[in-house]
Amino acid sequence: MDSIIAWLQAAIAFGTVILFGCMGEILTERSGNLNLGVPGLMYFGGIASLTGVFLYQNAVQAAIQAQIEAFTATGGAAQDWRPTGMFSLLVQQNASASATQYWDANGVLGIVIALVCGFSAAALGGLLYSFITITLRANQNVTGLTLTIFGTGVANFFGGSLVKLSGGVGQISVATTSQAFRTGLPWLSSQGVIGKVLFSYGFLVYAAVILAILLHLFLFKTRKGLNLRAVGENPATADAAGLSITKHKYLATCLGAGITGLGGVYYVMDYIKGTWANDGTIEKLGWLAVALVIFATWKSVHAIWGAYVFGFLYWAYYYVPKVFPFIQLSRKSSELFNMLPYAVTILVLIVVSLRRKKENQGPGSLGLPYFREER
Amino acid sequence: MEQSIAVQMQHISKRFGAVQANHQVTLEIKRGEILSLLGENGSGKTTLMNMLAGIYYPDSGEIYVNGQKASIRSPKDALALGIGMIHQHYKLVDVFTAAENIVLGLKESLNKRQIIEKIQSICEKYGFQIDPNQKVYNMSVSEKQTLEIVKVLYRGADILILDEPTAVLTPQEAERLFTVIRNMRDDRKAVVIITHKLQEVLSVSDRVAILRKGEYVGTVKTKEATELSLTEMMVGKKVALDITRTQVKQKQLRLQVENLSCYNQEGIKALDNVSFDIYSGEILGVAGISGCGQKELLETVAGLTPPAEGSTITYYPPREQPPKSLIGLSPKKIRQNGIALSFVPEDRLGMGLVGSMGMSDNMMLKNYGQGRPFFTSSKAPKALAEKIRDELEVVTPGISTPVRRLSGGNVQKVLVGREIAAEPTVLMTAYAVRGLDIHTSYTIYHLLDEQKKKGVAVLYVGEDLDVLLALCDRIMVLCAGQVTGIVDAKSTTKEELGLLMTGQRNDTQELSDTCEQDKGNHLQQQTQQDEQKGEVE
Repeated sequence: MDSIIAWLQAAIAFGTVILFGCMGEILTERSGNLNLGVPGLMYFGGIASLTGVFLYQNAVQAAIQAQIEAFTATGGAAQDWRPTGMFSLLVQQNASASATQYWDANGVLGIVIALVCGFSAAALGGLLYSFITITLRANQNVTGLTLTIFGTGVANFFGGSLVKLSGGVGQISVATTSQAFRTGLPWLSSQGVIGKVLFSYGFLVYAAVILAILLHLFLFKTRKGLNLRAVGENPATADAAGLSITKHKYLATCLGAGITGLGGVYYVMDYIKGTWANDGTIEKLGWLAVALVIFATWKSVHAIWGAYVFGFLYWAYYYVPKVFPFIQLSRKSSELFNMLPYAVTILVLIVVSLRRKKENQGPGSLGLPYFREER
Repeated sequence: MEQSIAVQMQHISKRFGAVQANHQVTLEIKRGEILSLLGENGSGKTTLMNMLAGIYYPDSGEIYVNGQKASIRSPKDALALGIGMIHQHYKLVDVFTAAENIVLGLKESLNKRQIIEKIQSICEKYGFQIDPNQKVYNMSVSEKQTLEIVKVLYRGADILILDEPTAVLTPQEAERLFTVIRNMRDDRKAVVIITHKLQEVLSVSDRVAILRKGEYVGTVKTKEATELSLTEMMVGKKVALDITRTQVKQKQLRLQVENLSCYNQEGIKALDNVSFDIYSGEILGVAGISGCGQKELLETVAGLTPPAEGSTITYYPPREQPPKSLIGLSPKKIRQNGIALSFVPEDRLGMGLVGSMGMSDNMMLKNYGQGRPFFTSSKAPKALAEKIRDELEVVTPGISTPVRRLSGGNVQKVLVGREIAAEPTVLMTAYAVRGLDIHTSYTIYHLLDEQKKKGVAVLYVGEDLDVLLALCDRIMVLCAGQVTGIVDAKSTTKEELGLLMTGQRNDTQELSDTCEQDKGNHLQQQTQQDEQKGEVE
């Protein structure tokens, strides 16, 4: 039983990463832009949030140290120091017993910094992509792939630097902020199985679900959503209806990129608990997010359960032997399980294509640049 | 009835690179009137109207709307002035419903019930039929057009411009369209129809404005115009409006089709036991309401669509070679046997030509297998492209210019020219003159007759019954995938064809009424044409 609960928890945590990536990509693709830079954008989001929070926590720690030193120099005991004025907003009490560690950077502020940094870094990546594909009308596939390579490189470069700054492999940690990210719902999370499966996660898990529903309502129930879909389906028509194609594409792509970046933030801050690993997992997750867009047939409400199914399948290699003790996997056979999400995506593509329902296909002009005077 | 002036265009000029599309055009559009804008392909009709609709901006000249000087820089500006244009290529989003397409880009709230009520009130007023909840991809061409018109009316347009509205409609659909256009005129709206079909001009419009090579030739009252006088103004010289029908003496059986049936992509029977034969030196016309199996017929013979069990297609090659069955052969094999297909679909480029490739590369599509084993041979296609350009007077900056940049008529010349150049023994062509102006159309008719003289068996799928009657030797009529009759073109009448076209339907009565109405018109034209022939000869 415990293994099944752990499996579900792992699936939901995993699903949240790709759900963010997928939502961003859905928003982008609805405007007709096929951005294959999802892994790169998630890297941008992850590294930017980590860097921001790392610098913030270090600065606050240094300030606390300085103030405590100044306080003890005047004869006070370190334990008696209290933050004053505006500075008290930047710090929080730490549960750990160590005297010097008793005060720490404010975790909630850390969350805000992580989200702002992650979102804006990825949105800037989206802006770069938009400029190249919308204004310069370059090939979207090539630009997207380049963005992925670029994002991977930048993130791992700065990730390595951060690791060095903090004194070696595995040393970098923004535990306080990460802890704040991972705080579950206080009372509900302790209520048995349901509490564990549904309420034991950090707030971003719920934010992702809410955002997915809001995105769906936006796309299918509002006038702005209708306009955006028209731009993605048939830009010439939208243009004739007086909509600005450039504006819609830029906005959708940049906002979409930002949302995608939040997947990176969640991964770094929550999923791997505020550290950095140069193991290429984000890239793997990024491609899964792209696959999820197709799996969800470009509808974010389908992406919610789709993401969890992907997570469930992704972790199958680890939990199948635990739940079913009679199945033991060798290293080789566990790779077979790793490919399950992709196999399912292919299956969905086949089924969707066979059903030939136009609403389930991608936007009509996906991947094509728009130029008014083109015949 | 007093007619107020809705739009005045004064000394409008527009230049695209080296091409002067419009030069010093002056035009008036009046309320409560239908104005036809007539001209050959490339005479600048659409460009001129696009400047009213905000797609282009004039280089010089002034536009006055309701007496006020106007600067129209975008479709939005145009709509704000009450100008709505229905383009030849419909601007609709396929996966949206009719209602969603209508309100696209508007600012008002997305209240479905209000929107639908407003749509229905417009439909009732002018006699449109439209289902607001139907998705566009489920609509026929004529429904899409109706939707486009409702769309601009919904936005409050009172000056409507229709670009080649009947190019893809059946005669019945066109008649229905004219009825609503007349309703709009009676509602004091200004309507402009861009067209090159003279019969339409004469039957529906009040005034005709004529453009030739970008310049304004003049405006005449329709009542005072005849087909010949309009053509002269349009082309600038006296033209022969006759179609020659050469009689070929020695005819040989070329293709025998028996019990041909086939299913379309949706699994519905598109052809039902079709049997006919074609002889060399003959043009067999195929008439029918669009979508009655014409496309499937050509595609099955060309090997693109598999025929159903029990069908036989036998080909009798020239020079006494033994007959062979075409069933089961690949399209390439069938081509090599000398059976050519030139199909002009609604969008002209869809089947047969690759838009982004030049003329010579498009020629190569049909003979890439020739030349040395590994490399393609580019000399022959190049020579062929040059030959077609010169002989058919294709207007293009160069033979390597992508064909999609050419105007519609020129694209069609390339397509038909290539098929003819293959020296086929059986030439199948569908809608060869779709959207072409009168001058180019007659060039194509002439080409087909030339082929017939050479002993080619021609299968001609056409829309214009008058042309079918004048050009073909025999006419086969299709109705819902079945042959309702094969008649001799010289002894039949348009009415008979019309009846056969709707033959086994329940609404025969209603449709034959329309035929009766047409009768008067037609007879009149027939006599006119006869007179013209006399003059020319």
